Amino acid sequence: MHKILLVLLASTLTGCFESKEEIIEEKNQGLVYCAEANPVSFNPQVTTTGSTIDIIANQLFDRLISIDPLTADFKSELATDWKISNDGKSVTFTLRKGVNFHSTSYFTPTRDFNADDVIFTFSRLFDVYNPYHFVGDANYPYFQSVGIDQLIRKIVRVSDYQVRFELFHPESSFLTNMATDFAVVLSQEYAMQLKARDQANLFDQYPIGTGPYIYKEYRRDHLVRFYRNPLYWKHDVALEQLVYDITPNGTTRIAKMLTKECDVTAHPSSAQLSILTQRDDINVEKETNLNIGYWAFNTERAPFDDIKVRKALAHAIDIEKIMQAVYYGNGIRAQSILPPTSWGFEPQAKMPMFDPELAKKLLIEAGLPNGFDMTIWAMPVSRIYNPNARKMAELMQSDLRKIGVNVSIVEYEWNTFIQRIGEHRHDSVLLGWAADTPDPDNFFSPLLSCTATFSGKNPANWCNPQFDLLLTQALDTTDLSLRKQYYEQVQALIIDQLPLLPIAHGMRFQANSADVEGITLGPFGAISLANARKK
Amino acid sequence: MILDYILRRLGLFLFMILMLSIFTFSLSYLFPGDPLSNLSGIPSGNFSQHSELEDKYLYNSNYIMQYLAFLGRIFQGDWGVSFASGDNVFQHILDLIPATLELCVYALIVSVIVGVPAGILASAYTSRWPDKLISSTTMIGYSIPVFWLALLLIMVFSLKLGWFPMSGRMGLLFEIPPNTGFILIDIMLAGFPYKGEAFTDALHHLTLPTIVLAMFPTTVLVRFTRDSMLKVMDQSFIKTARAKGLNRRQLIMHHALRNALLPVIKQIGLQFSTLITLAMITEVIFSWPGIGRWLIDSIYQRDYPAIQGGLMAVSLFVIIATIVAELTYTLFDPISRNQAHGKV
Repeated sequence: MHKILLVLLASTLTGCFESKEEIIEEKNQGLVYCAEANPVSFNPQVTTTGSTIDIIANQLFDRLISIDPLTADFKSELATDWKISNDGKSVTFTLRKGVNFHSTSYFTPTRDFNADDVIFTFSRLFDVYNPYHFVGDANYPYFQSVGIDQLIRKIVRVSDYQVRFELFHPESSFLTNMATDFAVVLSQEYAMQLKARDQANLFDQYPIGTGPYIYKEYRRDHLVRFYRNPLYWKHDVALEQLVYDITPNGTTRIAKMLTKECDVTAHPSSAQLSILTQRDDINVEKETNLNIGYWAFNTERAPFDDIKVRKALAHAIDIEKIMQAVYYGNGIRAQSILPPTSWGFEPQAKMPMFDPELAKKLLIEAGLPNGFDMTIWAMPVSRIYNPNARKMAELMQSDLRKIGVNVSIVEYEWNTFIQRIGEHRHDSVLLGWAADTPDPDNFFSPLLSCTATFSGKNPANWCNPQFDLLLTQALDTTDLSLRKQYYEQVQALIIDQLPLLPIAHGMRFQANSADVEGITLGPFGAISLANARKK
Repeated sequence: MILDYILRRLGLFLFMILMLSIFTFSLSYLFPGDPLSNLSGIPSGNFSQHSELEDKYLYNSNYIMQYLAFLGRIFQGDWGVSFASGDNVFQHILDLIPATLELCVYALIVSVIVGVPAGILASAYTSRWPDKLISSTTMIGYSIPVFWLALLLIMVFSLKLGWFPMSGRMGLLFEIPPNTGFILIDIMLAGFPYKGEAFTDALHHLTLPTIVLAMFPTTVLVRFTRDSMLKVMDQSFIKTARAKGLNRRQLIMHHALRNALLPVIKQIGLQFSTLITLAMITEVIFSWPGIGRWLIDSIYQRDYPAIQGGLMAVSLFVIIATIVAELTYTLFDPISRNQAHGKV
């Protein structure tokens, strides 16, 4: 009798264990991430839009190296080792063996990742003989704005698993840029197959990478679906499916979080955080983040080509009011374009203060005593650096009316917005930048350099030779204190010339349901869901 | 006689289509910007591209020729490409319209199932409490704006009680290939391991939008059925039947119902056009991936080719639905064929 009982008990217990495992398995069937915008592309090389990079960069692809968010040291990824020559003009990467590219319905790899893929990926940026250089209008906004395309002389294949980047001149930020979300490695074999089929234009839309998830489908304004990469080289991926629910409206995203339609929500607005924090089943993560929200003037257009007008506008707006009404105390008022946590930060004594009288005086000096009409383009989505650009624009509108400046607010769908800003169709724009690396150069070159103007990334449309010279000098040296000195001058120059007015540094928020863990939110770069799982 | 009737309706239909297409064509000139890019959806880029477009759209000919070319393309399914996505507008519409139709069909079914019996019940107990209850509920349902009702239901049933989801057609983790575009049918067709769960999930998603959308046609049908029944019950053949000693149930089931439901059938058909309009608001609120939401997004994004295509598709649909409703009604009611001229 006892034996029978024992057997029964044992079987019940094993039953219990099995069903528990099954439940865990079923839970990890999938995760729904409510994203704020459609992805612009499925290749990080061709875009700098944060919402797109969040979706694709860390999920589908890997980089050669990455930066540890805590120690700021380089970490090995697809490259196991890297060596810089003594003259700093060549960098040799040793590559990892046995890494597979994704197998999908549209591509099956016949070989592992090797040097050819690295050469193909990076030569696309600068080599006009690369078959893909002109695909997608030959625009690689991040790399062009930081000048990587002008820096690499050639890429040499040393062996199957070793590749050497030869540079025109040594540059301190080369490795940092190779560790950004944009420097992902793509498959050369896939590219050649598409080229042979005369379908090169599909390359940036149907991605093949080495990352933890595999692309399945994208339906505009609706969803993006990824599946687990069963052969991921780094670790097992817990989630079977990863689905991005495209929900541009912030309130709807919060509501979906409450109804459990989303497991993770991107950028909940500060105004709604209190509703989320009240719930036990929702965790709100708050992370300091290297970013800047600013108001950029189109300096090529009258009257914004006049420094006095730019200063008048800057003095006319009450940033303190913006900090309360837009950031709800979850932001830091900017003292420079760099955030205080950056090593290059230098608070600027000459930051324009709220002074309408001075603003009026400056306008009279500029020959515009009766004011003028202008547009402020306000981002339609909430970003880390600016949770509610529309509201900010409205506050500025009322402030500017007091000095006789009539503002109309312009809004477009996010991707159209970015595109038209790139074409410099605006008078002024509320935009921002979230850093991809801890290097201060990441704030200056992509935003305000002359090359950024040409690649359509410089929203101030500002090209100042002195500024570019300072940036080059800072990059040419590896002496940290010297670099810091250059960046101090750079920051002072920006405040002096005011192509843009730094407004605030936001916090990065993320809401996720309490049973989700393993999401990586760093102080820079995009979100990673490689380790995400449900408890 | 019936042929004459159908021909008249067909004439009316063709005239409406003509007006609609002229209006749509003129929109590309009325919208701001280059008419050629408004028509084609291709922003005027380089010179060779522009002249290629000019040739294709007969842009240098007179308006009549341009319009004829436009008509030709419409029939070929070349409705231009969307500014926002660069995709074919016609294909977009084909992909999206099943979701809208699905919602409308379900709402119509619900309103018939609820509305007609409620109307009959109200007429059977005129001026007594069931009639008063039904009529006053109908009054509320009739007056409440659709968007308000939708938000109210979301507040209570999604956010407070958590019974129903508030957006989309089904949980995104279920991957259902769109065969017919009707989600419930697609689930049944799909060889999917979680068919049962997916079906329940889709029903859950359907509930709130269907209720919201069904509210207006239901109230209309209740009132219409009730009035129609009362009118029939007042006629002499009913009085005769009553004098013969038939009870209320027999009177209604055998004599009044068939006569009273005739105008209701026409009304059901006509409600379909109202439904399409209301569906747009419902789709926006419930993030339902149908043509209404797409059209409103396109307006917001100033996507002119999409606005033109969407308007044309929706109007065309309303016209067809109305004419089909009239024809069906005529099949049931021969007297109505004597009306010489059609109405839309």
